[in-house]
Amino acid sequence: MSSATAPQRVLAPFGRRAARIIERRVYGAYVVLRCADPDGPRPAAGQFYMLATAGWGGGEGERPFLPRAFSVLRVPAGHGLEFLIEDVGPGTHRLCELQPGEDLLLVGPLGIGFAPPSEARRPLLVGGGVGIAPLAIWQDELGGAPALLGFRDAPRAEGARLLADARVATDDGSVGHHGLVTDLVREELDRDGHAVVYACGPPAMLEAVRALCSARATPAQLALESGMACGFGACFGCVVPTRRGYVRLCVDGPVLDSAELETALVAGAGH
Amino acid sequence: MRTELCGIELAHPIINASGTFDAIAARRVFGDALLERFPFAAYISKTVTLAPREGNPPPRLWETPAGLINSIGLPNKGLARYLAEDLPQLAELPVPLIVNVMGFTGEEVAELVGAFSEREEVAALELNVSCPNVETGLVMGADPGETAALLHRVRPITDKPLIVKLTPNATDVVAVARAAQDAGASAVSLINTIRGMALDPRSGRPWLGGTTGGVSGPAVRAVALAQVHAVAAALDIPTVAMGGVQRGSHALDLIRAGAAVVAVGTESFRDPAAGARISDELAALAANSGNSLTEKPLNC
Repeated sequence: MSSATAPQRVLAPFGRRAARIIERRVYGAYVVLRCADPDGPRPAAGQFYMLATAGWGGGEGERPFLPRAFSVLRVPAGHGLEFLIEDVGPGTHRLCELQPGEDLLLVGPLGIGFAPPSEARRPLLVGGGVGIAPLAIWQDELGGAPALLGFRDAPRAEGARLLADARVATDDGSVGHHGLVTDLVREELDRDGHAVVYACGPPAMLEAVRALCSARATPAQLALESGMACGFGACFGCVVPTRRGYVRLCVDGPVLDSAELETALVAGAGH
Repeated sequence: MRTELCGIELAHPIINASGTFDAIAARRVFGDALLERFPFAAYISKTVTLAPREGNPPPRLWETPAGLINSIGLPNKGLARYLAEDLPQLAELPVPLIVNVMGFTGEEVAELVGAFSEREEVAALELNVSCPNVETGLVMGADPGETAALLHRVRPITDKPLIVKLTPNATDVVAVARAAQDAGASAVSLINTIRGMALDPRSGRPWLGGTTGGVSGPAVRAVALAQVHAVAAALDIPTVAMGGVQRGSHALDLIRAGAAVVAVGTESFRDPAAGARISDELAALAANSGNSLTEKPLNC
């Protein structure tokens, strides 16, 4: 089941480079960092970067040590890159503290992004939590697409402002539909099933989307997450099981066709 | 900073540690810029085994204070597909190619060594001896007798340099290194990763799919320095040293401890071009010290 034409891989400049932060915005529980990246190419939607800062290490538990992987949120008109970050550990904490004028250290763009819809299917974007990031740039490139977004609570639901035309579900019912985003996906596919789903979010959400789409033979492209050390295929640490064996998510993903997966519950993801 | 290792000319003393840089994947990601700015003076491949291996179940990584535990499990295509698919691509690299091999019996290692011995693209072989010999149950590189037996088995098969990758998980690393030298090894390389473990804070069970893994990164730098110092003092053959190298000064420490060549591993995960930076830093340190980094000659 091929849902689309070949996805895009934009080559990365070799080596790590500094990217000056030019704007920091807060959306409830999330921070958006915008940086200048004059030496980098325009990434494809769904590609990611490995991020660190000059002041890396020496935090909680003497971490972080390794860079952290982030899908690009948006390429603002003009130039630069935007990343969406939630403070969930020593690496993201350090990144969230960054202010304009400081440098991000980045490698990228990395991996393979989303492939455009085929068979005149309508794109449907499904996101959960901080995983909404790659859907924003994809919505820009598609020239618009409805978005169904799930969040834990109201502070996180503020992230929905990053996309246009979004319907929101929250676990606690504080904003939008009280329940899971997959409830909204089911409604949308009932209304018009000739769709292709693009999803990114926590493993349990992705697995629910995968199962739902599989049962309806709806093509879906899932942007997965896995712990990565390098992001460019060196460490073999980020493998996920697929029908063709383990694949390295960093070079053969992070976007995978759901038909390749028996499960989207990646061991160690969401840690 | 030109040097040589077992007769292989190197533009500088910095190479990669096996299994920490996949040049084929990196070329897909960075394109030909990788070849134009290749960060290492020689390229050591990831371990090749006779049969294909899928590797360990995930999760495979755990970040430690100043380091990393990996439990990768040596995934590879196996010898036949490596020869057909990977070797032609690796031969396009602008530096000498060293192939790392591992077998579960002496016969398997012999078959691997024999296969690569015939290939002109391969400048040398590195033997990964950090695995159990299924015939004896002993880890080949943890026991001097096993190491010697392996070298006696494979040394006559090839004229290519044989580098023995020592495991730090041995009672007496110097005794193993001496056994390797006496049985015909051309060089030794150390340290491999140190066995380590992490528990899932939520379940209390082992985090890594392989239960335990290998610790690398700056967390092991002091251990590496001590082992390199002890091994290099005991041997006449050259030592390829690695363990937590992040800066030129760390490479210089290992050279002063007796290393002929220094390998960069985990630091490449943080910056794929780290090897080139470390080489430049080392060259600057050498220039400042009148190029006399060590009194020990850098040759076999």
